[in-house]
Amino acid sequence: MTVTATSPPKTDERLANVGLVQILLRRPEIGALLGASVVWIFFAFIAPTNWLSINGVARILDPSSTLGIMAVAVALLMIGGEFDLSAGVMTGTTGLITGLLAVKLGMNIWPAMFISLLFALLVGYLNGLMVIKTGLPSFIVTLATFFILRGANVGVTRLVTNQVRVAGIDEAPGFYTARMIFNTEFTFLGAEFRTTILWWIAITVLATWVLQRTPWGSWIFAAGGDPNAARNVGVPANRVKIALFMTTASAAWLVGMMNDLRLRSAVASQGIGQEFVYIIAAVIGGCLLTGGYGSAIGASIGALIFGMARVGIVFAGWDTDWFFSFLGIMLLAAVLVNDYTRKQAEALAVARAKARTESEEAEP
Amino acid sequence: MSRGTPLLETRNVTKLFGSVIALNGVSFSVHAGEVHCLLGDNGAGKSTLIKILSGVHEPTEGEYYFEGSPVRFTSPREALSHGIATVYQDLALIPLMSIWRNFFLGSEPKRGWGPFQRYDIDFAKRTVREELGKMGIDIRDPDQPVGTMSGGERQSVAIARAVYFGAKVLILDEPTAALGVKQAGTVLRYIARAKARGLGVIFITHNPHHAYAVGDRFTILKRGRSLGTYTKAELSREEMIRLMSGADELEAISHELEELARRDVQEDAIVAHVEEQLAESLESEAEALKRHPE
Ligand SMILES: Nc1ncnc2c1ncn2[C@@H]1O[C@H](COP(=O)(O)OP(=O)(O)OP(=O)(O)O)[C@@H](O)[C@H]1O
Ligand SMILES: [Mg+2]
Repeated sequence: MTVTATSPPKTDERLANVGLVQILLRRPEIGALLGASVVWIFFAFIAPTNWLSINGVARILDPSSTLGIMAVAVALLMIGGEFDLSAGVMTGTTGLITGLLAVKLGMNIWPAMFISLLFALLVGYLNGLMVIKTGLPSFIVTLATFFILRGANVGVTRLVTNQVRVAGIDEAPGFYTARMIFNTEFTFLGAEFRTTILWWIAITVLATWVLQRTPWGSWIFAAGGDPNAARNVGVPANRVKIALFMTTASAAWLVGMMNDLRLRSAVASQGIGQEFVYIIAAVIGGCLLTGGYGSAIGASIGALIFGMARVGIVFAGWDTDWFFSFLGIMLLAAVLVNDYTRKQAEALAVARAKARTESEEAEP
Repeated sequence: MSRGTPLLETRNVTKLFGSVIALNGVSFSVHAGEVHCLLGDNGAGKSTLIKILSGVHEPTEGEYYFEGSPVRFTSPREALSHGIATVYQDLALIPLMSIWRNFFLGSEPKRGWGPFQRYDIDFAKRTVREELGKMGIDIRDPDQPVGTMSGGERQSVAIARAVYFGAKVLILDEPTAALGVKQAGTVLRYIARAKARGLGVIFITHNPHHAYAVGDRFTILKRGRSLGTYTKAELSREEMIRLMSGADELEAISHELEELARRDVQEDAIVAHVEEQLAESLESEAEALKRHPE
């Protein structure tokens, strides 16, 4: 009876407060948005002339775009509860396959691209199948794939070209139409932007739509949250996971093609080490390492933070050697912020549930 | 109870997990418009049996018939598409996902066409509110993550979901375990109503009063074997309670305790004897010292 006697304004205040925190709990990208703002303001003070120009914006978005495409795909996979350490090296492998087919066999660029896409889909499928059939952590399975591809990239390229790069891809028929679609520059507001930015935005929108507005979105969250429970209520969790591995591989193919078309050549070391950068971007964007939680927009903002750091360090005239240290600090800060907001939100949600049961018990 | 072909039937079903025999030659059936209670101790194999029925496990041996024809479900999705819905003992809810997403997980309502087909979110939220409201759970926010609900509320979500999707068979594995008296009553009423609608209901519980209140037939499992199936007419409430609570087992336990007590008494005697001997030898040593002080 004493419970009902508490002053009502106090309870109202707490409920309103919880409402805000609940929104934070449901929006995994809040931490990333905060981080992006801090980094942006930071460089706006350090190097205002370059940073605040439209050219500066174009420069920032350029590296962010290809990274963002990968981060979004990796985020989907992480929400689905898996990792892909072969995602970085796959951008190199697909680039080399297309390059070798075009240069050494004189193929038109389009069928060459199509063949490397099939290859990427096959590797993605095998990654998924191995993870599901063996029950091993995807971290191990895709680490094996990473090493296999890394070795093959150098081995095959040297065998065929006696070098570790394939040059002259732009002589292939169809090169310039492909370039126009995938990676060319266009002028907007007087600055030169790249079409990869449009791809990045489109892919982020598509991934967000799938996650939020289609049954597949629910299935992805469920497959990562609790695959057993998901299967028990009829979610084809295995199919979902395989599809996600194939999606990551396809994204790597897309970025591989974008690199080929921009640089007109492919190098055997392309993409190595990038797999962790994708994962970091996804984590900064609010993905949980344990799966079942995250966002595509968050991953894109994570990629944007990377782009800003990369370009900002140059604008500020600093030694670019420090780039990775900066990334490490960003990662740590993001994870701490995400963890803090989530715990805070959960505690308040539990408090609300308790308050409600208490008041319900007091009612009759 | 010979009312034509049962909705579901297993014949001599055996399930092995490695070398563990979870089920051993169990025959079980449920008819339309019948509540069949599955009773037995912890680890008797009840959950294993219903997981075979709901497509989670495939039986190692034995046959499974759905409406008279043999079936082999390789996933719960197939069982669901036959109209078999289950409330699992662990509820099968995803804690970080919202109530409405959990409710429709695996059977999402869709709108639109072709590649633009999307989740009918408005319908999902509205339906969840309605269905849980019918159970006496008033959710203010269907977007609330299931993990932040109370145990009883979560159980109610799982039950409401199964009731909503169970077209022919409803399987409930200890659905009232975490519920208050009022909500448990609601669940029993749901079971009675599903039976009246012509569904077959399989109901697992450790509560004899709940079982006897709604059950038509009772099967008792013990260590993976069936002790038999009884109709309500064949089994009085007292007999059922005796079978469930294992009066025989209770007797065995009391014997065991007596045995332990007896052993304690014996051990006490031994200890006393040893101490006595020790005291004696110390005494004689002390005397010897007194006689020869050097
Ligand atoms: N996936 C599994 N792997 C190995 N053993 C299992 C598995 N599932 C069940 N078992 C074993 O099978 C036996 C029966 O378990 P089951 O869950 O069916 O019991 P139950 O009758 O539902 O018990 P409770 O009343 O405690 O829920 C147990 O000994 C259990 O250890
Ligand atoms: Mg059980």
